[in-house]
Amino acid sequence: MFYIYCPYCGEHREEEEFHPKGQAHLSRPTDPDACSDEEWGDYLYFRDNPRGLHHEIWVHAIGCRKFFNATRDTQSYEILETYRMGDAPRVTHFTDTQKS
Amino acid sequence: MTQPNRLDNGGRIDRSKHLTFEFNGRRYKGFSGDTLASALLANGVDVIGRSFKYSRPRGIVAAGAEEPNAVFQLGATEATQVPNVRATQQELFNGLVSQPTSGWPNLQFDFLGVFGSILGRMLPPGFYYKTFMFPQAAWETYEKYIRKAAGLGRSPRDPDVDTYDHLNQHTDVLIVGAGPAGLSAALSAARSGARVILADEQAEMGGALLDSRETLNGKPASNWVRDALKELSGYDNVLLLPRATVNGYHDHNFLTIHERRTDHLGDRAPANQSRQRLHRVRAKWVILATGAHERPLVYGNNDLPGCMLASAVSTYINRYAVAPGRRLVLMTTNDNAYRAAFDWQDAGREVVAIVDTRAYADGAWQDEANRRGIKLLKGHAVIDAQGKMRVTGAVVAGLNTDGTQLTGKGEVLNCDTLASSGGWSPAVHLSCHTGSRPVWDDDVIGFVPGKTVQKQLTAGAVTGCFSLADCLADGARIGAEAATNAGFNAEPAAAPSVRCRPETRPMALFCVPHYKPNSRAPKQFVDFQTDVTAAGIELATREGFESIEHVKRYTAMGFGTDQGKLGNINGMAVAAKSLNQSIPETGTTIFRPNYTPVTFGAIAGRHCNDLFEPKRYSAMHEWHVEHGALFEEVGQWKRPWYFPKPNESMQQALDRECLATRNSVGILDASTLGKIDIQGKDAREFIGRIYTNAWAKLAVGKCRYGLMCKEDGMVFDDGVTSCLAEDHFLMTTTTGGAAGVLEWLEFYHQTEWPELEVYMNTVTDHWATMTIAGPNARKLLSELTDDIDLDRDNFKFMDWRQGTVAGVPARVFRISFTGELSYEINVQANYGLHVWEKLFEHGAKYDLTPYGTETMHILRAEKGFIIAGQDTDGSVHPYDLGMSWAVKEDKPFSFIGKRGMKREDCVRDNRKQLVGLKTKDPSIVLPEGAQAVDNPNHPKPVPMLGHVTSSYYSANLGRSIAMGVIKNGHKRMGETVHYPLVDGRVVEAEICSTIFLDPKGERQNV
Amino acid sequence: MSEAINKAVLESTQIAIMEQLPETGVPARSPLAHQQQTASRTAPENPGVYLWESALKTHLALRGDANNADFANGVEAATGLALPEVLQSNHNNEWALSWIAPDEWLLTGPGDQALAMEMSLREQLGGHYAVINVGGGQTLVRLAGPRARSVLMKSCPYDVHDRNFPVGKVVNTVLGKSQATLRRVGDDEWELVVRRSFADYIWRWLVDASQEYRLSLEQPTQGASKNRAGRLQASPVEN
Repeated sequence: MFYIYCPYCGEHREEEEFHPKGQAHLSRPTDPDACSDEEWGDYLYFRDNPRGLHHEIWVHAIGCRKFFNATRDTQSYEILETYRMGDAPRVTHFTDTQKS
Repeated sequence: MTQPNRLDNGGRIDRSKHLTFEFNGRRYKGFSGDTLASALLANGVDVIGRSFKYSRPRGIVAAGAEEPNAVFQLGATEATQVPNVRATQQELFNGLVSQPTSGWPNLQFDFLGVFGSILGRMLPPGFYYKTFMFPQAAWETYEKYIRKAAGLGRSPRDPDVDTYDHLNQHTDVLIVGAGPAGLSAALSAARSGARVILADEQAEMGGALLDSRETLNGKPASNWVRDALKELSGYDNVLLLPRATVNGYHDHNFLTIHERRTDHLGDRAPANQSRQRLHRVRAKWVILATGAHERPLVYGNNDLPGCMLASAVSTYINRYAVAPGRRLVLMTTNDNAYRAAFDWQDAGREVVAIVDTRAYADGAWQDEANRRGIKLLKGHAVIDAQGKMRVTGAVVAGLNTDGTQLTGKGEVLNCDTLASSGGWSPAVHLSCHTGSRPVWDDDVIGFVPGKTVQKQLTAGAVTGCFSLADCLADGARIGAEAATNAGFNAEPAAAPSVRCRPETRPMALFCVPHYKPNSRAPKQFVDFQTDVTAAGIELATREGFESIEHVKRYTAMGFGTDQGKLGNINGMAVAAKSLNQSIPETGTTIFRPNYTPVTFGAIAGRHCNDLFEPKRYSAMHEWHVEHGALFEEVGQWKRPWYFPKPNESMQQALDRECLATRNSVGILDASTLGKIDIQGKDAREFIGRIYTNAWAKLAVGKCRYGLMCKEDGMVFDDGVTSCLAEDHFLMTTTTGGAAGVLEWLEFYHQTEWPELEVYMNTVTDHWATMTIAGPNARKLLSELTDDIDLDRDNFKFMDWRQGTVAGVPARVFRISFTGELSYEINVQANYGLHVWEKLFEHGAKYDLTPYGTETMHILRAEKGFIIAGQDTDGSVHPYDLGMSWAVKEDKPFSFIGKRGMKREDCVRDNRKQLVGLKTKDPSIVLPEGAQAVDNPNHPKPVPMLGHVTSSYYSANLGRSIAMGVIKNGHKRMGETVHYPLVDGRVVEAEICSTIFLDPKGERQNV
Repeated sequence: MSEAINKAVLESTQIAIMEQLPETGVPARSPLAHQQQTASRTAPENPGVYLWESALKTHLALRGDANNADFANGVEAATGLALPEVLQSNHNNEWALSWIAPDEWLLTGPGDQALAMEMSLREQLGGHYAVINVGGGQTLVRLAGPRARSVLMKSCPYDVHDRNFPVGKVVNTVLGKSQATLRRVGDDEWELVVRRSFADYIWRWLVDASQEYRLSLEQPTQGASKNRAGRLQASPVEN
């Protein structure tokens, strides 16, 4: 059971209030019709599955209904930051003390 | 004589409160303050169960959660049966009824006992894998007897009469364990003003201090405990939870505490009180002060009743005034266990000898033993216990300095109790739950908690600090640290003074060697509950199991309800030795939640029976109930399924509802359809991107049906959206899809197109929606409204109008899911029942007939209308459905799903396509899910063409109708396919249009 | 507000506005009316929990940008209430305005004022905004008494302790297996916004959770739920 900081409500909330929505920072191609099948297939189906840092989207479904991003360590399940939609992550690699 | 082992004085029991209890069909007496285990020991009950595999007699070994043998079935009635209760943790109450969970047919003689001793060598580890696997079919027979004999307890056959609940807790500091370290930590943290929860699995807080004869500040340790608890209970910011086991340590400092609120009061909980409570705790900081478990030593026949942990002997004497025998032999690798012998002697019983495995032991504790005149055998070990149903003697032999070989010849000491101590294993269980691996510490001779990402601190014996003074100081310091970390100003509480006696270093010994190799020696048990022996572990390593996790699974070590609290470290040591490597090289298995078994009741809490899951009701629900509706659950909604009249079968009711609707007028409660209010200047653009069809020109006052696809082009929802005003739309969704669709819209708005000015809110519950359908729908509606022009040319199909219906402002949508003339009346939900009832007042003359979801399904199937989620399954795009009319390819924006449905796989031949199906025999209704084949006589595997998605008997058509997907179906109109059914029949069906009735759509345009 | 503006708002072709209440004589039935009818009227002595429905109120969802002065000022002009900050609420004698999301607020008030308030808002507001009448789709449940907090602890995973949930705070969270918006309206009193279709489940959940504390289904008389000292003593399970 995660304890997740909602960047819109400004406080930690229980995981029950959230839905995970998969990998973050994937943009819908601006011109889908110009995509090859392979490019569209990449957008549709191919996702990172890192051991370690992962940027992912969550939605505060039973709360403010806002989508946001989280940077999570998939090994320790530690959430290193959450940030609003449209913002860039601050944590993009482990510091020595975070390495698990 | 009753209670032959009860001491005349001492203990923390209340001798004025006599209690009677039952074990294995016999009645015994005990005192308030006893545990079931202490009372059984007081009564001299030696054999309390039979072992799992070999059916050997077993007695009580421990005094706490680590007890492997005394695991009982409790309950005086069928409804109050509880399996797997540890007698050492069950407080005695008057009238308690308990049964051993093993020992079928009985404890003194049992059939596996007889065969077990003969077959002993035929039951090696992996026995079940090796033996009962073949023939596979016979397992069911074996299992029945194995389970019966093995003793796993049983669940009650009657519903539980008690309730269980959950409580959500939040705290600054959660302290697990109220022993010396936990109590000290609580004092430091509490004084800072931090919110503190102190939880302990025992009825009384104090932990080892309650069993101790040591003094704090010159007074009995229990006085200090009493004062500390008094202070703590005076703080508003402190919650003391006795009888509460912290069972699971989960992510981000979420912990579950299993509190037994009334298990000590009686068979049933008092009225209005939950029996057990699961506290779901989110803690800013956690302090593990979980202490340590004493390790027994492994030697021959060490499972005989009378073999006990040294510390358990002290606990039973000091806490419960029970000396569980007469003549004690104590074997120890450390000074700490000498207490047991001294307590035993002070209780007036004979200490036959202290057998110290260390030749070098020579200090204050040995001096006291000598002073007390106790025979002290240094550099010796007990290699074998003698006796049949209880220890009668101990075979003692000399031991070399590294504990690997015996020296000299053995001698027999007569005794009835054989206590052993191999040192202490820190209770690292909770720290392991979050994935942290424990670390071996040579000084501790045990694993200590490893590195963690949790906001967790440890204090006391769990860190391998075993001296009382150190535990108290450590706790005080850690308590302050945790509170400080949580943002409070905290100082370590002053630790009480303790008179410490120096201890000689302990010896690292786990399994005592025997003259014979372990494989030939008397059985040396490592894990009592699963009957794993040292020889069994050695065999597993010889058979090639080198990873400790594999050894565990192969031998079942640590698999019992006790999770190997006593045996795991010994087992790892045996495996390490056998593999010729060190214990840290061998590693340890990881403990997982839960620390001790948790009842299903506590896990379920109040989420059971009527509150198991929310039931959603429409504003007209009461009317449906009063009119005999049967209900169907759709996305938590209770929707009327059909409205049977007395003595009507389901099919008769459906026929009647269908005919009445097509011939006159029917009414459906459609309130459950999802409704989303969409406002903003970009609302139209937004809707156009989400739906597959065109929205740019939909005029105010008009409605349109739309298909929603995922990016892969597959249909996932559908519904009618109406243009309420230029910047204002009302979207409807399927009942089950409502929440998902709104989240889907928000996802695209928030993550992809935040520049679009649009706001979306659910209004599903705000509107009560009733659909009247049938040739008389207009006539009926006209009686209830005088401000809506119902003329067929002024209020056309797919128009909506605002007006008043039965005196209530309404939006009326002329849309149809039945193909009939149909109006969907929406009123503010608080007036829904009123309008519904008015419709019936006026509808009687038209035989207005309420219909439910089943008739709705039939009527729409007659028209070939799909239901998303029934006729689609995430692999079907609009073209597969034959709904190309609902796709507008040349919209300027590449709408969601457009690119997806152009992928190679989506445009290939031979896709499964939705078609109508008419069985050759019109009376046969195909089962939904039936698979079509071209040639039922084709050799297996028969190529399959697709399945039936919807199938009904249509009273209007006087025959069965079905829809289904068929490969290339749209090009196979008129062809025949076959449906082989489970019962052997093969049903022939003709592929046809999905529109069975009124193909020109004239009925809805009247 | 002038008749002319009134008419203009109502006849707007941009947004459909509608008087949704009948004129007279048509009975309204609140989402919990059936529970009120069947509930036992005998209140226990010294109740620990009070539970009642505050039915048939106006509920308007307001959407807009708090940084847009036209919106923020317009809301204040129409309601007399400033837009509350994150997780906060403002109220006067008639209306309460609660923060729901960064771009959403909930306005609750007298049941017959929905259309008038919506028109007043639309007259005052500017820029990109929305007003949605949701009064039929939700209702207010009041929970009061010295053990009200214990009932919430059984029901919601959110921390309802005084230190985390002072009077005036608003939180939308899980309740049982449903959800509710909680607003603390007094030391021992809470207002729950619940969806109509879930109201029966939530009501039954709360009644069940209150059993051990002696439940009254009546609104408490003045001062009955003010016994703070008693609450702390009576709450050995709270932290």
